[in-house]
Parts: sequence; C-alpha cells; structure tokens
Amino acid sequence: MTNASLGRVLRRLAKKLLWLLLVFFGITLISFWVIHLAPGSPTDLETTMNPLADAEARQKLEAFYGLDQPLPVQYVNWVSRLVRLDFGNSMSSDPRPVMDKIMECLPLTVSMNLIALLLTLIIAIPIGVKAACRPGGLFDRASTLAVYIGFAMPGFWLAMLLMMQLCINWQLLPLSGLTSLNYDQLGPWDKFLDLSKHLALPVFIYTFGSLAGMSRFMRSSMLEVLRQDYIRTARAKGLPEGRVIWRHALRNALLPLITLLGLSVPSLIGGSVIIESIFALPGLGQLFYDAVLSRDYSLIMGSLVLGAVLTLAGNLLADLCYGLADPRIRSANMIGQTVEIRASGGAA
Amino acid sequence: MNRALFSLLASFRRAPLFWFGVTVVLCVFVCAVLAPWIAPYDPNLQHLNDKYAPPSDMFWLGTDALGRDVFSRLIYGARISLWVGFVAVGISISIGVALGLLAGYFRGWLDEAIMRFVDVMLCFPSFFLILAVVAFLDASIFNIMVIIGLTSWMGVARLVRAETLSLREREFVAASRLAGAGTLRILCLHILPNALGPVLVSATLGVAGAILTESALSFLGIGAEIPTASWGNMLMDGREAMGVAWWLSVFPGLAILLTVLSYNLLGEGLREFFEPERRG
Repeated sequence: MTNASLGRVLRRLAKKLLWLLLVFFGITLISFWVIHLAPGSPTDLETTMNPLADAEARQKLEAFYGLDQPLPVQYVNWVSRLVRLDFGNSMSSDPRPVMDKIMECLPLTVSMNLIALLLTLIIAIPIGVKAACRPGGLFDRASTLAVYIGFAMPGFWLAMLLMMQLCINWQLLPLSGLTSLNYDQLGPWDKFLDLSKHLALPVFIYTFGSLAGMSRFMRSSMLEVLRQDYIRTARAKGLPEGRVIWRHALRNALLPLITLLGLSVPSLIGGSVIIESIFALPGLGQLFYDAVLSRDYSLIMGSLVLGAVLTLAGNLLADLCYGLADPRIRSANMIGQTVEIRASGGAA
Repeated sequence: MNRALFSLLASFRRAPLFWFGVTVVLCVFVCAVLAPWIAPYDPNLQHLNDKYAPPSDMFWLGTDALGRDVFSRLIYGARISLWVGFVAVGISISIGVALGLLAGYFRGWLDEAIMRFVDVMLCFPSFFLILAVVAFLDASIFNIMVIIGLTSWMGVARLVRAETLSLREREFVAASRLAGAGTLRILCLHILPNALGPVLVSATLGVAGAILTESALSFLGIGAEIPTASWGNMLMDGREAMGVAWWLSVFPGLAILLTVLSYNLLGEGLREFFEPERRG
C-alpha cells in the first residue's frame, strides 16, 4: 500500500469515526429530550398519584434520582455515565441496574431474530431468484401478489389467528410464555423440545414479517444483475442457464442484501414489542413496553439508546461486510453511501 | 365519451391490482364519511341480550363482549384509520418536503446538518420512539397521529433532497433564477412540482404504514381511547375472547389487511405511472 492510499484510508476512517460520534451524540440527545420534554415527572406515579406522599417526599425522591438538577446538568451526567456503559438504576419497584435488566432480556430477542433472519434468507432468496428468472411469468405474478399481502398483513393479527387455530382449537402448541411449568424437571432433550414448541410461532411471525420485503428486494436485485453484460457473456459462451443464474448472477445479486439486512435492524427491534407482548415472552420488547407503562425513565432512555446503537452497529457491520465482499467498494465507499453507489454503478 | 370508457377498461385490464386498490380505498373512504348512514346500529349501543352473538341476519358480523355490533364498529373504525393515515402522512410529508428542499437546494452545512439529523432519526426503532412518547402524553388518537407523523418523515426528506439536487442544476431553474425569481418561488413553483410524483407515491405508501402502526398501538391498548371504535382496539377485544368469539378477531384484522393492501397497491400503481423506468 502506497503512502497516498494509506492517507486516503486514514482520512476515510477519521471521517467515519466523526460521523459515528455525531450520530451517537444525536441519539443520546433525542433519547434524553424526548423523555424529559414530555409533561409529568418520573416520580408522578409514586407521589402525585399516591395520596400518602407529600411535597417533601417528592423532593426527597427527586433528589434521590438527581431530578432536582437543571436538565442540561442531568443530561451531561447521564451521558458521562452512558459512555462508561452505566445506564443507571431502574426507577421501578425492581431497582436493579438498567444494564442488568437489558442484558437479561437481550439474548432471547436477538436469538429469535437471528433464527428468523436465517429462515427468511433461506426462503426469500430462492423465491426472489425464481421470480426474477421469468418476470411476468406465473410464478412471478403469484409471488408478487403474495408479497403484497405479506406487506399488508399485521403481524399481530396473523399471530392471533394462528394462536386461535393451532393453540386453542387444535392444541398443538402452547399458547404463550417461554417454557412450560414443569420445565425444570425435564431432561435436556425435552427442555429443547419444550423451548422450540414455545418459540415456533413467534419465530414464524418474525419470519413472515420480513419475508415479503426480502424476497421482493432479492427479485429486483436479481433483475438488475441479469441485465448486465457479463450475464449475456456467460450465456453467450454457452454456460447452462442454471449455472448462470445460481453462480454468476446470484453471487452478485446477494451483495445489496447485506445493506438491507443492516437496515432492517430497527424494524426488527421495534417489532419485538408487539410479538413479545402477544406471546408473553420476556425479551427486550416486553421489557421496554413494561418500562413505558410504569414510566421507568432510566430504563426507557437506556432501551432507546441501546436500540439505536444496535441499529448503528448493524449499519456499520453491513458496510464492513459489503466492503469485504465487494473489492470495488473498498476503494470508493464511505459509510452511508453504499446504496447510492450500487444504484448508479450496478453490481457488475 | 365512449373512448374514455374504453381506455378506462383497457387500463383495468392492464393493471387490475391498481384498480382493485382504488376501489377498496374509495369504499373505505365512503364508509368513513357516511358512517352514520351506512352503519345499521350505533357503534357503542350495547345489545345486552346479545353478547357474543355470532354473525347472523341481525348482526352481520356478530357482536362483542358488550353486545355491540361488530359491523357498525368496523364502519366507524374506518374513520379512525383514515384520520390517522391522512394526518400522520400530512405531517410527515410536510416536514420531509421542507427539509429535503432546504438540504438539496442550499447544500453546504445546512444539508450536512439536516442529513445527519435524518441519520440519527433513522437509527431509532420507530416503534420504540412512538411508544416512549405516547406513554408520557395522554393516549389520544390526536397525539398518536402527530407522533407517527413526526417519526416517519425521513424517507421523504432523503427522496426530496435527491430530486432537488438534480433539479437545481437544470436549465429551467437557472432560467428562472436569471429572470429574477426569488428562492422561495424557485423552490415552490419550479422544483417542488417536478418532485411531486415520487412524493405522492411515498405518501400513499405512508398512509398504509400509518394505519398499520396505529392498529398496532391500539392493539397494545395505547391507541384510540375506549370506547371509540378503531380496528386495532377491536382486535384487542378479540384477543381477550379468542377461544369464544372468532368473529371478533377475524373481521377487524381483515379490514386492516384489505385497507393497507389497497393503499400499497395504489402506491405501486402510481409508482409505475410516475417512474416507468424503475419498474419491477
């Protein structure tokens, strides 16, 4: 690597870091102000709505949480603790550190989403490819219709219908929760089986939710690639069609999918609220929903920041993977511009 | 006249899905506007002798736990969905268009600031943000419309900015600048009308998204105030009676599905009309 190109890489890295800092700053600012500009105080539930509490109790409580200080001071304190990964203590009746509570719930949400994402890819890629092979054909039209219906289907409604049929009418699957009551007495294999039965429906709903978008995206990405010259070349030199599609075209069409995966993080996290609340699963979404209902300020702010930072990480990871997978991007790309480059240059 | 009819029929055959969308959207609109005349009963009237009555001649889609007619509530629920869809999208389009125009036209630090703000907003899982704000305000349908609007303008801003960036270099913009037109005039009369197609498309798709979000919030019990009928909180009622009354879960969901589907089909149809080069 020459000096000039090293300099360019360093400059780009610095720019990316600056962007990251800026966005992180913005995230904390919004998470903080959204909560504190809202009317009411976190102590309302314990003071104003509690006839036994007087003004003095309220003052004590506010001093305890540091709420008596001016907002900018509170903000600075909060952020300085945040960067040390200290999200503060929960303000609910269970006053453990927010970080502990989140870490307790995160694995379930993340693993459900990862499994669902994997399933989505396995199903969506062949559908998209097959639809793109013969645009306007029967399969394409049928899958397009299915995609539209998938887009419009409220996940929680589908969940209700399936629960009604599978869990109540046919008694095939447990209705809700993560484990059965006798979970602790089961052997390892039965434990696994019990867990899978409980998670089957939620994972299915997650998968269904991202299936439509993913297969649609795969289809248009594939169509774009199939228009390229090198595909014509591959066909012209007599390669069998299957090889052209599944090797030459697919590998290039998969690239933009990386960006889409990165972009889908926030909607997956957001969607966890409703799915986890329907199935009574102790994940991040449920935690956040409970925090919102009990006005647990520190937990709400912590989850907001965490959700946004996870999204940020997802985007960065996608950019990184994209760069690794596509050498042309390595020299040309700056964060956030992956999509534009793809749109203007095609995936040749 | 004959000719117009013929071309309409032809476009029906070319784009049946689009026209399906148009029809349903119009039907829902009519239902919402004429609800008091169409609905067979008052949506909040409790027929106490007919709790959980299955669909019948008297109650087409059955009744709920309080004996309220599901069909009438569905029709009134269309009002909430429409309100939410249009107000939320009106807000998000206004913000998105304004910021997009400013960023794309003036570029420089203003562009930089606006687009970083967009980056930040896009990082938040919007459902988290909405839920957080709704919890602190009173859960009224008005608040929800505003908040959905305030958290969904980022796509439009990016879109309008990109359009503006390319439009501002065009000859007709330079010509009107030379002719002495002010910035505001150029932005509103020359650039905006040329960017309106894609904006209309994303507005239509935005209505679908807003309806879905509202129904999810109402389903969680923090949307439209009870007893106002909204499709989402009807589903919430249905969830409580899941083993007892299937009609409470099925019909409101079907209404949401059909309406959202139709707005999406409408949007896709418009997209093909405005941007034929981006088909597929």
